[in-house]
Amino acid sequence: MTIPVSIAINGRRYDREVEPRLLLVHFIRDTLGLTGTKVGCDTSQCGACTVLLDGAAVKSCTCLAVQADGAEITTIEGLADDGGLHPLQESFWNKHGLQCGFCTPGMILAAHEILRTNPDPSDEEIRHGLEGNFCRCTGYQNIVRAVRDAVQEETS
Amino acid sequence: MRNFEYLAPTQVKAAAQALSEHEGVTAVLAGGTDLLSLMKQRVANPQRVVGLRGIRELHGIAKQGGGMRIGAMATIQDLLDSKAAGAYTALMQAAKGITSPQIRAMGTVVGDLLQRPRCWYYRNGHGLLAMHEGKSMVPNGENRYHAILGNKGPAYFVSASSFAPALIALGAQVTVADAEGERQMPVKDLFRIPGAEGERENTLKPNEIVIEILVPSVSGWKTATYEVRQRRLLDWPLATASVACRMSGNNVRDARVVMGHVAPIPWRSSEAETALKSKGLSDGNAEAAGKAAVAAATPLSGNKAKVQLAGVAVKRAVMLAGGRSVV
Ligand SMILES: Cc1cc2nc3c(=O)[nH]c(=O)nc-3n(C[C@H](O)[C@H](O)[C@H](O)COP(=O)(O)OP(=O)(O)OC[C@H]3O[C@@H](n4cnc5c(N)ncnc54)[C@H](O)[C@@H]3O)c2cc1C
Ligand code: FES
Ligand code: FES
Repeated sequence: MTIPVSIAINGRRYDREVEPRLLLVHFIRDTLGLTGTKVGCDTSQCGACTVLLDGAAVKSCTCLAVQADGAEITTIEGLADDGGLHPLQESFWNKHGLQCGFCTPGMILAAHEILRTNPDPSDEEIRHGLEGNFCRCTGYQNIVRAVRDAVQEETS
Repeated sequence: MRNFEYLAPTQVKAAAQALSEHEGVTAVLAGGTDLLSLMKQRVANPQRVVGLRGIRELHGIAKQGGGMRIGAMATIQDLLDSKAAGAYTALMQAAKGITSPQIRAMGTVVGDLLQRPRCWYYRNGHGLLAMHEGKSMVPNGENRYHAILGNKGPAYFVSASSFAPALIALGAQVTVADAEGERQMPVKDLFRIPGAEGERENTLKPNEIVIEILVPSVSGWKTATYEVRQRRLLDWPLATASVACRMSGNNVRDARVVMGHVAPIPWRSSEAETALKSKGLSDGNAEAAGKAAVAAATPLSGNKAKVQLAGVAVKRAVMLAGGRSVV
């Protein structure tokens, strides 16, 4: 049995028939071919699958596509609207906020969530806001610097 | 995950009608942060899932009749953002303990109350009572995180909800609906210790839906929650305590002390309450309450350390309620 869903991703609406058990992350990656969103743990621990659902960061490995019916999703591909880089992407690049890059799409969307709710976070608040995201490479130091840098870019 | 039929009703009545009266056949989906992980593990295998997101009246948190109403689809983040909730210190402190923003955005407060135990035997498909050849595997097994109170058997898992102790300490009620109508009960009565495999740790019937939590006014009360955690990241607490004290001057007139993660149900400690009654919230009395709370604990082979942690949780929650800072 499949049911129809209508989900807007990065500003474009997709109408598809899906199995109820299809996870949102598989809808994004496999049905639509947007592979920027990663699957790490598949058990809602690591945050690699983070996307924005109606503006708020959620873990798309623990959400059904049918739960997102009618919603607007933003993935890493849609963060910058002009084909360039979003300030967060710029600052992750500039401050070496990534090594292998696997955690990066989720990190950047989680960072986006921090800045959405708190335009001028302290380092402590940045670390707190990233508690749902794991990075195995960087030791987090440069990720925090990158987020702080993005704040300064925005305000300068 | 096995496939299932998905329904997204817009009315509570239709949702209740879609639920089976038999255990395990249908499931209610709120944010899905717990249910979907159980379904991925094939611990839960419902044939039909009823999503509540489309039922408008279940959303939102608002002041109501001097107290507060938390709709069943209100998320943990909604609670943290809500003006109405600010006065409920014990509840807000419990909410802050859930650190992942992504979980707070999807997970509901009601879903937190009804999340299934984290017991690894249960999560790995051995059943809630972890029975093997007629005996529970827990008392002589991997029981570091298991119960130290209410553990006479056959249940040894611990209640996983951090909100339940706080809501019970605050004297909250839940409204529950089935296809016929509604009933109300104290949050405390949502929980029970299962006596046989196949029984759940909550008293909801399979075809009932929680529609709201009603929290009475806390005017005149001092409340707090303290959680003992292994690390800050992503884990459930090792032990928590929520306290609510109705004060008359500097003295405690009524006290409710409820521990979390120490027993198969949120554990109300009348011993700790007695230790506080008619006294002030001094450090010495906090310490006495902590000791009293765990005096009757019966740890298993591998979780003696938890007894002390639970006592510390009670002590520090009382100190927090008394306006003291604890590190
Ligand atoms: C990484 C991580 C860390 C966490 N840390 C903590 C923690 O520290 N402390 C803590 O307390 N919790 C913690 N949690 C648990 C989290 O708070 C719960 O998973 C969440 O609140 C459940 O809400 P939900 O809406 O997603 O529930 P769902 O997964 O949708 O539902 C949970 C259960 O409740 C039932 N249910 C839900 N709503 C209703 C209703 N209205 N009527 C009847 N039945 C219903 C469902 O059928 C299901 O059995 C953590 C979870 C994760 C993933
Ligand atoms: S893949 Fe979703 S949290 Fe790890
Ligand atoms: S850069 Fe490799 S996991 Fe973060």
